[in-house]
Amino acid sequence: MEALTFNVSGGFLEAIVRGYKAGLLTSGQYNNLTQCETIEDLRTQLSATDYGNFLANEALPISTSTISERALEIMVDQFNFVRSNAVEPLTTFLDYITYGYMIDNLILLITGLIHNRDIKELIYRCHPLGLFDTMAALGAGNTPEEIYRNCLVETPLAPYFRECMSSKDIDESNIEIIRNSLYKAYLTDFHTFINTAIPGPTAENMSRILSFEADRRSINITINSFGAGLGKERRAKLYPEVGRLYPEGNNMLARAEDVEQVRQACEGVMEYKQFFDASSSGNNHPSNNTSSSANLLNGNGDDDFGGASGGVAEDLEDRFFQYEVHLNKQAFLQQFQYSVFYAYFKLKEQEIRSVTWIAECIAQENRERIHDFIPIF
Amino acid sequence: MIHIANGGSGEAFNVGRFLEETSPYVFASTGIGLCIGLSVLGAGWGIFVTGSSILGGGVRTPRIRTKNLISIIFCEVVAIYGVIIGIVYSAKLTAIPDAAMYTPENYFTGFALFWGGLTVGTCNLLCGVAVGITGSTAALADAADPQLFVKILIVEVFGSIMGLFGLIVGLLMTSRAPEFSAASNFLQPVASPFVH
Repeated sequence: MEALTFNVSGGFLEAIVRGYKAGLLTSGQYNNLTQCETIEDLRTQLSATDYGNFLANEALPISTSTISERALEIMVDQFNFVRSNAVEPLTTFLDYITYGYMIDNLILLITGLIHNRDIKELIYRCHPLGLFDTMAALGAGNTPEEIYRNCLVETPLAPYFRECMSSKDIDESNIEIIRNSLYKAYLTDFHTFINTAIPGPTAENMSRILSFEADRRSINITINSFGAGLGKERRAKLYPEVGRLYPEGNNMLARAEDVEQVRQACEGVMEYKQFFDASSSGNNHPSNNTSSSANLLNGNGDDDFGGASGGVAEDLEDRFFQYEVHLNKQAFLQQFQYSVFYAYFKLKEQEIRSVTWIAECIAQENRERIHDFIPIF
Repeated sequence: MIHIANGGSGEAFNVGRFLEETSPYVFASTGIGLCIGLSVLGAGWGIFVTGSSILGGGVRTPRIRTKNLISIIFCEVVAIYGVIIGIVYSAKLTAIPDAAMYTPENYFTGFALFWGGLTVGTCNLLCGVAVGITGSTAALADAADPQLFVKILIVEVFGSIMGLFGLIVGLLMTSRAPEFSAASNFLQPVASPFVH
């Protein structure tokens, strides 16, 4: 039934975003990029794609950070265009996307302030989609309560932050806890919003993506907590209460003491089982002995999680990224629903990471690993 | 009528009397109105569904805009069906004196136009929506991959044929209905006994 009325408010923007999505780099274009000898070549190749002349006005030794900044600017422009043309419920939906970036920015600022960095410089480094007005006031507070009062009470993050008010002080050790409990509240809230405000195909598709996001966080928290001195009780509190592992898998994760037990906890979900199957089967691909941040080129199908040896966590991270891309691509298979907006911006972000990775490899003349990015199409 | 039904005395409403007392003109005109109204609603609905997608898709791939006008035309055709039937039906409306109105032939014409109009209107409404949604999909598919256009166009053509079915049946339903004509013995009209 969404087909009858969706286009009243969302048809134009959905088509726009699908147009943007058609501009994502294809594997052929990635091949051309990886052939480049210098950054200059890379710029020429990129100007033939949808990126156009985005680097035309840069001074000649172009750094990789400039490339990623300019690419991010393009994405932010697109987001703002969509945001300014959107009407409810898409407006709120897009706002929810920015909350994730706001959490990251907040954590970045808090971490920086602990290390006595200048707040102006920190704000400059923040993700442009997650900026909020009261950021500069953050420097005035040291305890969670002060941060909440000075800076967050007016922002949408306020209800999420209430959960973390219990701790007295902020130091290195509980920053990650704050980040994860913020994310837990955010994911739960987003999930509720999706299922109450825009039920139907949007909820179906977004639930799939958000569930995976939640499960990924639970698994990562568990694996990162091994040997980090995080009690099982506190760990269990950080698991988001959505996702396919909730509740049974989360209970098992809460009890887990090593990676093997994490694997057992994920056994109930077919897709997640594969992450561990491939990583435990180890040296199937001895030629591929890297464990990079984006080591995925050997899978040409979406369900082929070709294995590579390396640290389990890093390996998993790659598979998570690949599976996320897969889910986001699936969101485009259905028309008349809002999850394409979320999926597009996530894919674009992934693409910027890939392009930056290629540029980095070219700049450092590290050509063996240039293929270790995550292609989208 | 609603007042009677809500007052707990619905049995007092006499359906037969209502049908006989109501002027055949009412039925005929309502039928024509429903026919063209629902058809235009369907066409308009289809055009906005398709149109918004063509507009958005045309931003990055301007080549789709001319080709996909065919989807808009398919939707528009649905409204034209309604117009055709509306014209055919309204040709049967002729002014005759009230006293010579209530003949069996005129009742038949009135009812035939009403139900014929409703048939055509509903068919065209749903046809327009169907064509609109497939048209929107066709536009986006064409923008993504030009090869898909012809394939989805076939789906769309079959959708638009459904409106033609309504048109044909609507014509057949009224083919036996004569124009409104005055009763032959004008002085003693076969009026309904309930008409006062």
